Amino acid sequence: MRENKHHVPESVERLLDSTLDSVESAEELALSVAQRAGFDDDDLMKIGMAVRESMVNAVVHGNRYSEHKKVRLSVTHSGERYTIKIADEGEGFDCSALPDPLAPENLMRTSGRGIFLIRSFMDEFQIERRDPTGTEVTLVKYVVSK
Amino acid sequence: MSVKLSTRQVGDVTVVDVAGRITLGEGSSALRDLLRDMVGKGQKKILLNLGEVSYIDSSGIGELVSGFTTVTNSGGELKLLNLNKRVKDLLQITKLYTVFDVHEDEASAVRAFA
Repeated sequence: MRENKHHVPESVERLLDSTLDSVESAEELALSVAQRAGFDDDDLMKIGMAVRESMVNAVVHGNRYSEHKKVRLSVTHSGERYTIKIADEGEGFDCSALPDPLAPENLMRTSGRGIFLIRSFMDEFQIERRDPTGTEVTLVKYVVSK
Repeated sequence: MSVKLSTRQVGDVTVVDVAGRITLGEGSSALRDLLRDMVGKGQKKILLNLGEVSYIDSSGIGELVSGFTTVTNSGGELKLLNLNKRVKDLLQITKLYTVFDVHEDEASAVRAFA
């Protein structure tokens, strides 16, 4: 990983429509901050994918492409933490009920790998129900590997 | 760029050259439609050349799985060729690498079909 000797804390927020175009723009924004934070190409790939999968969940499963619902994105780099928060306005879901995509009976399913990939690629991952409605995920990648 | 799909014959094997992004939306649906169309036309030996795939997400992985199942259930074979590091890593992480028959050169991939 390239060392960023001139680290400047950075924080950006966007309120996005529930469209696939928003997935693309969120990924681009997250990667631009991540590049300035000094992540190498391998980590950039992982961050990009994690953001994409989280945005797809928010747009498709949370907000169901509703033009009346937004996705709130925040990307923050401060010190050794690079943090992404993505919040939708959907009905929420029980993440403990998600099937394990690696279980033999689920291996050949055509969907259900998104959250697994996010957890694989990021150092921290949290899902929280929002009040009064919606889901917020928090993704963290350490700028200095542990 | 979304996905660009082109097909060619090598003997009785249909090679699908895939370039670009296999992601949710236009990219993954295009691959799905092509594979279903090929199966519908009775094509039994399909080799997906993924050498020019620049990006694949979980939806794209899902379409590879779906395609494999569709082709296999119709009595055919679907194999993969030229996985780049990103695709290979994703298939390994999701424990799908050993499900597919993966090759690194086209000649041996074509010979591998029954």
